[in-house]
Amino acid sequence: MIHAVAPGSAPQDSDVLVRVDDVRKYFPIRTGLLRREVGRVHAVDGVSLEIRKGETLGIVGETGCGKSTLARCIARLYDLTAGTVVFDGRDISRLSRRRMRPLRKGIQMIFQDPIGSLNPRRRVGSIIGDPFAIHGISRGEDRKHQVQELMRVVGLNPEHYNRFPAEFSGGQRQRIGVARALALRPKLIIADEPVSALDVSIQAQILNLLTDLQDEFGLTYIFIAHDLSVVRHVSDRIAVMYLGKIVEVASVSELYARPRHPYTNALLSAVPVPDPDQADQRERIILVGDVPSPINPPSGCRFHPRCPKAQNLCTEVDPPLEVKKDDRAEHVAACHFPVEVGEKLSRARAGIAQPERQAAVEVSHEAVEGAIGPKEKT
Amino acid sequence: MSVSSIDPAQSALSAPEPSTFGEEGEAAKEIQGRSPWQLAWARLRQDKVAIGSAVVILLITLVAIGAPLIAHLVGHGPGDTYPFLGEDSYGLPIGPNRTFLLGADDLGRDVLVRVVYGARVSLIAGVVASALAVLAGGIVGMLAGYFGTAVDTALSRFMDVILSFPLLLFAIALVSLVGPSLTVSIAVIAFFSWAVVGRIVRGQTLSLREKEFVEAARSLGASDLRIIFVDILPNLVAPLIVYATLLIPASIVFEATLSFLGLGVVPPTPTWGNMLSDSLPYYKVAWWFMLFPGGALLITTLAFNLLGDSVRDALDPRYARLFKA
Repeated sequence: MIHAVAPGSAPQDSDVLVRVDDVRKYFPIRTGLLRREVGRVHAVDGVSLEIRKGETLGIVGETGCGKSTLARCIARLYDLTAGTVVFDGRDISRLSRRRMRPLRKGIQMIFQDPIGSLNPRRRVGSIIGDPFAIHGISRGEDRKHQVQELMRVVGLNPEHYNRFPAEFSGGQRQRIGVARALALRPKLIIADEPVSALDVSIQAQILNLLTDLQDEFGLTYIFIAHDLSVVRHVSDRIAVMYLGKIVEVASVSELYARPRHPYTNALLSAVPVPDPDQADQRERIILVGDVPSPINPPSGCRFHPRCPKAQNLCTEVDPPLEVKKDDRAEHVAACHFPVEVGEKLSRARAGIAQPERQAAVEVSHEAVEGAIGPKEKT
Repeated sequence: MSVSSIDPAQSALSAPEPSTFGEEGEAAKEIQGRSPWQLAWARLRQDKVAIGSAVVILLITLVAIGAPLIAHLVGHGPGDTYPFLGEDSYGLPIGPNRTFLLGADDLGRDVLVRVVYGARVSLIAGVVASALAVLAGGIVGMLAGYFGTAVDTALSRFMDVILSFPLLLFAIALVSLVGPSLTVSIAVIAFFSWAVVGRIVRGQTLSLREKEFVEAARSLGASDLRIIFVDILPNLVAPLIVYATLLIPASIVFEATLSFLGLGVVPPTPTWGNMLSDSLPYYKVAWWFMLFPGGALLITTLAFNLLGDSVRDALDPRYARLFKA
C-alpha cells in the first residue's frame, strides 16, 4: 500500500481529517436478460490520500479520470469495491446507510450543476432547510431563521426565502448549494467542480466565498476541477489523477515549480498563459492518442501508451507513488523516469515503438466495444 | 425601490401619472415569486379552449349533480315508462315534444332524464377509475423507477403482462364470474389503465433519480421514502395531472363500451352506453334516441380531451411551442 504522504513527514493523526487508503471503485457492466457481468469500469483503482484539517486539497484530471467517483466514495454516496476511508478517526468505508446518517453532518458536497442540483419544484427556503429537516434539528420559525441566516452568510438576500431556483442566476444558485452544504456545519466539504458551469466573473465570486467560509468556519475542502488555474487559486496541495489513479501529489508551489510526472507536465503546459511572448516560448507537450478505456486499463503504468518517455519497464511495472530525488517529502509522484527540472519533454524519445503503444490503446478500446454497447456512466 | 432608480427630473415630470419605469417595476414585482403552478395557472387562464372546455365540464357536472331536480321539474323519473304518452300507436318512441323535451325511448322513458342520469355514471366511472389508475400507476412506477434492479424488472414485467392482456375478453370473463355492476366496471377500467401511467412514471422517475438534487438529498442523509416523496414526487405532479385529465375521457368511453356490450351497469339504471345499445334497432325511426346519449358522450370526452391538452401545454410550455412552431 502506498501513501500519498511519505512516512518521514507523516502528519500526526490528529492533523488528518480524512485518510483514504487504497480505495477502489469498479462499476460492473451488465448486459443481456440475465444481467451477466461482462466487464468492469475501473473508475477509481487504488487511491491513497490524506487530507489534513483546514487545508484545501485540489484534485485535477481529465474528464472521466475518476475524480468525481473518488469524491463520491469519500462522501459514501457509493459503496467502495475495496479500501478504506477513515473520516475524523472513524472508519466509514463499511458503514450501513443508517449508521452513516449521523456522520453525514460532517461531510457535505457542493455539486457541479447549479441547475440540476436544486429541485426546480421546491422553494429555496425548503431546499436550504432540508438538512435541518432531515436531521430533525429545527422546525417552523426556528428553521426559517436559521435558513435566512445561512442565506445571509453566503451572500443571498434572506427575503428571497420563498423563491424558486429558476428565479436565481447561476452564481446565486451555486450560493444556494453552498448554503445547503454549510447548514450542518460540516468539517469537510467536497466541492465537485463547483465553478466549472459558471461564467468566469462569477467563478471568482464563488471561489472567494468558499475561501472566506473556510476561514470563518475552519472548513476542510476537497476541491475537484479540471481547470488548473482555478485549482491553483484555491488549493494548498494538488493531487493529479489519470485513469483512476493518482500520479502526483504536491503542494501548489512544488507542483508548478517541479512537476515530476510527464502527465502533470503535459497538463501544466496546456494552461493558457496571458502573455503572448511567454506563450510562444513555452514548451507545449501534445500527448499522442486518446485516453485508454478504464474498462481495460493498460498494463504497468497507465500513462505509458501516451507518455513521451515511456520505456519497456513502464509497460510491465506499475510505478509506486513515492518521493523522487531532491523533492520535498510531501511531493510524491508515480513514475519510473520522473521529469527533471529543465528537461524538454517534447524532445523526449519513447523507448517503445509507437505502433506497439497504439495497439495497447486499441486493445483497451476493443475490449470495451466487445463487452458493451453504450458506455455506462462512470 | 422603483423611484430610486429613476432619474429625479424624469420622476418629477412623471409624478402625476405612473412613468413607464414605474410600470415596469411593478410588472417585475408581480412576476417575482410566482411558483411554477401560478405560472401554469396564468397560462391556462389565457387559453380560450381550456376555459371553454372547463365551462362545459362544469355544466355537465352540475347537470349530473342536479339530475333528480331535473327529473322533478320534468315530472318523469329515469326509470318511469310511459307506454301511451311516450309511444305512438305502432309502439314506436315519440320524438321531442313539450312533454318529452328530447323525445322518448323504446319503453316510453324520457330521454332527457335518462341522459342526465347517465352523466352521473359516466362521470363517476371516469373520475374514480382515472384516480385509481393514476394512484396505482404512480406508486408502482415510482417504486420501479426509484429502486431499479430486481424491483424494476419484476414490476415492469408485471406491467407488460397487463398491457398485453386482451381486455374485452378479460372483462367478459370477470363479469360472468362476479356479475356486472358499476364497481366491477370501475375496477376493470382502472386495472387496464394504471399500467400505462406506471410506465410513464417509471421512465420519469428513472431520469429524476439520476439528477444531482437527488444525490444532494442522499448526501444529506435523506431516507428513500423522503427522497421519493419530497424530491421526486413534486416533479411528477405535472405529468400525473395531465395524464389524469386525459385518462378521464378514455375511461368514460371505456365505461360506455362496457355498458354498450352489456358488461357494465345493469340495464334499468341509465348509462350512455346502454342507451346507445338500446337505440340500435330504432336509429331509422328515432334519431333522438341515439343522438342525445351519443352527443353527450362526444361532448364530454371532447371537453376533457381539450382540457387535458391545454393543461399539458400550460404545465410544459416548451411542448406546446414545439408543435406551434
